[in-house]
Amino acid sequence: MSNSRFSRRGVLKTGFLASAGLALPTYLRAQEAGFTNAPGPSHVTLGFSVPLTGAYADEGADELRALQLAVEHLNGQGDGGMLNTFSSKALDGTGILGREVRYVSGDDQTKSDVARATAQSMIQKDGAIMITGGSSSGTAVAVQALCQEVGIVFMAGLTHANDTTGKDRKANGFRHFFNSYMSGAALAPILAAQYGKDRKAYHLTADYNWGYTTEEAIRSSTEAMGWETVNTVLTPLTQTDFSSYIAPVLNSGADILVLNHYGGNMVNSLTNAVQFGLRDAQANGKNFEIVVPLYSELMARGAGANIAGILGSQNWDWKLEDQLGAKYSGTNAFVQSFGAKYGFPPSQAAHTCYVQTLLYADAVTRAGSFAPCAVDEALADFEFDGMGNGPTLYRSADHQCFKDVLVVRGKENPENEFDLVEIVEVTPVEQVTYDPEHPQFAGGALGNCNNGA
Amino acid sequence: MDQIIVQVLNGLDKGSAYALIALGLTLIFGTLGVVNFAHGALFMLGSFCAVTFSRLLSFSHEVIDETRTDFLGNPLKVQVPYIQDWLGPDLAASIIQWSVPLSIVFAIPVMITIGLIIERGLIKHFYKRPHADQILVTFGLAIVLQEIIKYFFGANPIQTPAPPAFNGSLDFGIWLGFDPVTIMYPYWRMIYFFFSVVIIAGVFAFLQFTTFGMVVRAGMADRETVGLLGIDIDKRFTFMFGLAAAVAGIAGVMYAPIVAPNYHMGMDFLVLSFVVVVVGGMGSLPGAVAAGFLLGILESFASMPMIVQSFPGINQIIIYLVAIIILLTRPRGLMGRKGVMEE
Repeated sequence: MSNSRFSRRGVLKTGFLASAGLALPTYLRAQEAGFTNAPGPSHVTLGFSVPLTGAYADEGADELRALQLAVEHLNGQGDGGMLNTFSSKALDGTGILGREVRYVSGDDQTKSDVARATAQSMIQKDGAIMITGGSSSGTAVAVQALCQEVGIVFMAGLTHANDTTGKDRKANGFRHFFNSYMSGAALAPILAAQYGKDRKAYHLTADYNWGYTTEEAIRSSTEAMGWETVNTVLTPLTQTDFSSYIAPVLNSGADILVLNHYGGNMVNSLTNAVQFGLRDAQANGKNFEIVVPLYSELMARGAGANIAGILGSQNWDWKLEDQLGAKYSGTNAFVQSFGAKYGFPPSQAAHTCYVQTLLYADAVTRAGSFAPCAVDEALADFEFDGMGNGPTLYRSADHQCFKDVLVVRGKENPENEFDLVEIVEVTPVEQVTYDPEHPQFAGGALGNCNNGA
Repeated sequence: MDQIIVQVLNGLDKGSAYALIALGLTLIFGTLGVVNFAHGALFMLGSFCAVTFSRLLSFSHEVIDETRTDFLGNPLKVQVPYIQDWLGPDLAASIIQWSVPLSIVFAIPVMITIGLIIERGLIKHFYKRPHADQILVTFGLAIVLQEIIKYFFGANPIQTPAPPAFNGSLDFGIWLGFDPVTIMYPYWRMIYFFFSVVIIAGVFAFLQFTTFGMVVRAGMADRETVGLLGIDIDKRFTFMFGLAAAVAGIAGVMYAPIVAPNYHMGMDFLVLSFVVVVVGGMGSLPGAVAAGFLLGILESFASMPMIVQSFPGINQIIIYLVAIIILLTRPRGLMGRKGVMEE
């Protein structure tokens, strides 16, 4: 017979009461504040969900570096980076609304289900008030939907599909990065000028939402310029050897190959295309050309010499201010901070995540509240400058940023390992602006902002 | 017609990798009776032997170039390989550019050693355990090996180019009477195919024409009788594990310029290679090789745009579909022997 003074029922009762007691302050605080994960007086937690493995791991690692730098700057450490150039002066390096900024991070593995689970854990277990990061439109759409459901702000990282601020747009989600439509609108005139209007294009497209919208955007923009699309082929996201897809291209009647691939996919497909001699080939009496609608310095580094001469588009480049002047102020401040800390220049993925974190902190500070609906109001039609892209608008109709777009080309003779991309032209924002209900973005609605709790 | 020839070439190239991995798997299964799920990881380790050897050759010291600046405006730090100090810039550059084929010399002893360590240190304890235990332990080993590689080399693919002499493509069509630039095929992929044929022939010749190979074949047929003759067959089988690891390793080395090495590449090949082994017939070396090339060619044809557009997703399932059909019609695979993997 046991002499223990503890009974099963007693333990359960005590446990329940203790749990309820511990949870009460959080519940009351949330009720009082009226929104999910209302922070306490001392600190606020941000959630950084980035891919550290998989096809977009390079971008994810760079995003995390930039996000950590943003936290430092918000907390008054380091040289302040873009806080010194940002047109809004609400942030003063004392955290957000006087609370120290902390963060939790997780690997979304570039998988929508993992990204959703990672973000959910950050929200439920770690009390994250905002989620940012990510290098895939698939994960962005999944996490954005979750944040809308639970009443958390989602500041999208690198997501380029039209869907993110198109058919899948949500009131709690915001995108600073440009999109597929903008790539098409910026690239098509340059492609026509460089390669002529009588061209036949063959598209290889990553088989997920970003691939579809990018193919659609590039097709419609180039066809409007007079190009013909001879074939479009979907390739699995997990594909590493693209030889079976590349081999038929040369005899398809096409004289342009458009690789709607990103990250490791693009590095492998471009390498295969060069191995199969497409760069040196002629078709229809013209030099065969390859186009990569979206690429970055990180991908250029991965592709090595194969990237030379390839045209594409970018959201931002670390050389922007040096080459095109003070209109793009903030670029050098960010490059200086990032480069001094990590020893190399930041990628566009790093830039957009850093900017998004500062924009969130600024919106909260101007609104005087962490409530998602207050952030929504503060960011609605917010015009800002000094963040590296020139004058920028956060459009309230779809929560998409509008700014200049870069058309770039892989450098033929890079001077060093970081100087792999040259800026061909900056397409002004007016040329890439579209109606919120443009056919490529139709079918979605922001709905109402959700404070959760 | 030209498309068919191109896809046959592609299939032979893919099939080369499948056949080399499946050959090693079958050697291990045929000798030791172990279902080795870590074999794909050995292929991946071979690829990283090429990366490691290239990095060893490029091991550098830092020199400050005051005449140039880095992206922050500081004097540029230039990395100068030690080999350049010793052999001069031209010879050093040539050696570094040829690092992939040269790394075979590095990979063979490394992979044999790794194979022996794995067999002696882990797998020998599972000889008398059920196949399910063997699969679990070797699958676990594969995950451990890939996490070790991820820790040291990161998660991202590492470009490991072929020597410049093999860049570009051969105009294969001209030889067959087609117009110029109708059938282009990369030099390195053709080299990979011929290399794999040489390796496969070498392994078969070793087993067929050497005394060691004869004893191993006898042991595969009747282990107990060979043991009764006073031959230490276990020692020879251990060596065969090392040999299989070396075959997977050099297959990985030569594959590095085709697909940039990454820590996960072994898993990408493993499942397909097991299908190849099963389709070829468990324990049958010629079956593994034949099934490797057959399934490689089928996979290539299934990826042709006109096929994919007519049957979406067929490129992802063709191998498994064919495997089902073959196993329904020939339950022991193409060249399987009675009694192997049968209770």
